[in-house]
Amino acid sequence: MSSVESAEVDETVATVAGVRDASAPAGIVRGNLRFLGSELRLVFRRRRNQLLLAVVALIPLLIGIGLKLATPHGGAGPSSGPGGGTGAFYNQLAGNGVFLTFIALTLLLILFLPMVVAVVAGDSVAGEAGYGTLRYLLAVPAGRTRLLAVKFVTISAYAVCATFIVTVVALLAGVILFPVGPVTLLSGTSVSLADGLLHVFYVTLYVSAAMIAVGAIGLAVSTFTEHAIGAIAAILVLIVASEVVDQVPQFAVAGPYLPTHWWTSFDALLRTPVDTTTLWHGLLSFLVYAVIFCAIAWARFTSSDVTS
Amino acid sequence: MTENTAAVGSASGDLAISSTGLTKRFHGGQLAVDHVDLAVPKGSVYGFLGPNGSGKTTTIRMLLGLAYPTSGTAALLGVPVPDGAFQVLPKVGSLVEGPAFYPYLSGWDNLARYDAADRTAPKGSKTRRIGSALDRVGLTAAAKKKYRHYSLGMKQRLAIASGLLRPRDLIILDEPTNGLDPQGTREVRALVREIAADGITVFVSSHLLPEVEQVSTHVGVMRNGTLVFQGSLPELRRTGAPRIAVQTADVEKAAKVFGELGLADPIQEAGLITAELGDAEPERICEDLVHAGVGVRGLSVESPSLEDLFVGLTGEGFDVER
Repeated sequence: MSSVESAEVDETVATVAGVRDASAPAGIVRGNLRFLGSELRLVFRRRRNQLLLAVVALIPLLIGIGLKLATPHGGAGPSSGPGGGTGAFYNQLAGNGVFLTFIALTLLLILFLPMVVAVVAGDSVAGEAGYGTLRYLLAVPAGRTRLLAVKFVTISAYAVCATFIVTVVALLAGVILFPVGPVTLLSGTSVSLADGLLHVFYVTLYVSAAMIAVGAIGLAVSTFTEHAIGAIAAILVLIVASEVVDQVPQFAVAGPYLPTHWWTSFDALLRTPVDTTTLWHGLLSFLVYAVIFCAIAWARFTSSDVTS
Repeated sequence: MTENTAAVGSASGDLAISSTGLTKRFHGGQLAVDHVDLAVPKGSVYGFLGPNGSGKTTTIRMLLGLAYPTSGTAALLGVPVPDGAFQVLPKVGSLVEGPAFYPYLSGWDNLARYDAADRTAPKGSKTRRIGSALDRVGLTAAAKKKYRHYSLGMKQRLAIASGLLRPRDLIILDEPTNGLDPQGTREVRALVREIAADGITVFVSSHLLPEVEQVSTHVGVMRNGTLVFQGSLPELRRTGAPRIAVQTADVEKAAKVFGELGLADPIQEAGLITAELGDAEPERICEDLVHAGVGVRGLSVESPSLEDLFVGLTGEGFDVER
């Protein structure tokens, strides 16, 4: 034990320095980054979350193979796909593998991508509460607002990562399975492959923003329960309900205000000139949802007792 | 008995934990903690006693900023909580309502996780600090083992280790021996002694008096959300009035003598009568009994044990009061 005690003495010195460091802005930033790093590792190294990303990667591949098998050589693809403007993507796919990214994103946006984000977001606070680790984090003290901020950044990182995995895998599968060349946009204009890939990148960013908004909703829901599975289910119910309402013509007036309404509006990016009005409406919708639900999460989390 | 509160420490600067009128009413209307005035002197080992459900954990949750008081104030190391919790808690190690860790992480990674959450923890010394905390609770060999494979005793020890990651001025241990076997209980007790020997204030809650009796310098006793006693152990002992017990066949006659002597609270049983001794001398009582013709078979003066005092303060039997 004597060696331990001497270590304690060193420690006192180290802590005095540490506390002084922490009060300086650089120390605070370093401390916050360290916490963020810990949170990122926790989420990205967790087997369950890795498995979800693996499945996210697998689906575009399966879609690509399926569409390849269904498409006669040189012929047109299936004449219509599910939902609005996606049919056009299918027609284009046979001629250009790049379009597999848009098809994959559209299909995964229906349920799978938001579900993956919902799992991580719903688990974020409720999971900690369920394990009881939340009370210890707050007693450390992690700080309630700080903890929430770290959670939100990590959920966002995971959402962006999942979205980009879809795009990258779909692009690779598209390149391997289908011919690749200059991209004919939905408006009929043709752009170079490099330009086309830039459009793919913008579309992925747009979808990422939509998924970050889902993450914010999930974070808010997660602060209301100690049961991660309940939070995840609640988020999915919300998303599916929104999608259903969006399909009912009688509710059309409410449509633009639904969280899911603008998700697939990224086809606005695939026209020249780009339909910026639609695009901005979509991004504004994501921003408003993210801000409102982050505020709800903050109000709830900083004012309620931690009883788990 | 609560007047002892004032005697323990007057200036809050000498107190590691202080509270005034600390009250918590749950949303359902239940009063969990009712005007608790804690005064935990610096450097003391404070046993926070009370049956399950008497409000101990809720009090601790309020001290740590996990729960917000309905009314009243509290301070740790002179810093008001919950407002100053973010500033003061790095100096406070705690174990609240059992250990809680990520089951899919190893013991080491779990401690690293909590350490990373502390913005004042120097990252450079992380490895050494985690290593020595694990060493101190004897978990070095199990450091790489997943938490879900830990035994209950190991989990409890890991929780204590997380409280020792930083040098602390105050350690709050809520039921640290809950669920431990006698050997584990002894280990925890030894650990509390060691921590206290370093001059760190230890606030340890328990529903069992014997667990804290041996290590505490001060005790607070909770009952139904109120602090029914607070003071040093000798002070607690003094609250118990010694009683005279007389074994005799003539209980009725002895009771009359007791009445003439003015002994308080006489209790008659078959072949036994007891009463508070007060200022009376046992020799004198014996003499009077013999003069009155009471056949005395045995006479003794009994001081109540701490256990008796504790039970007297907290009530007998199960927690049916709330």
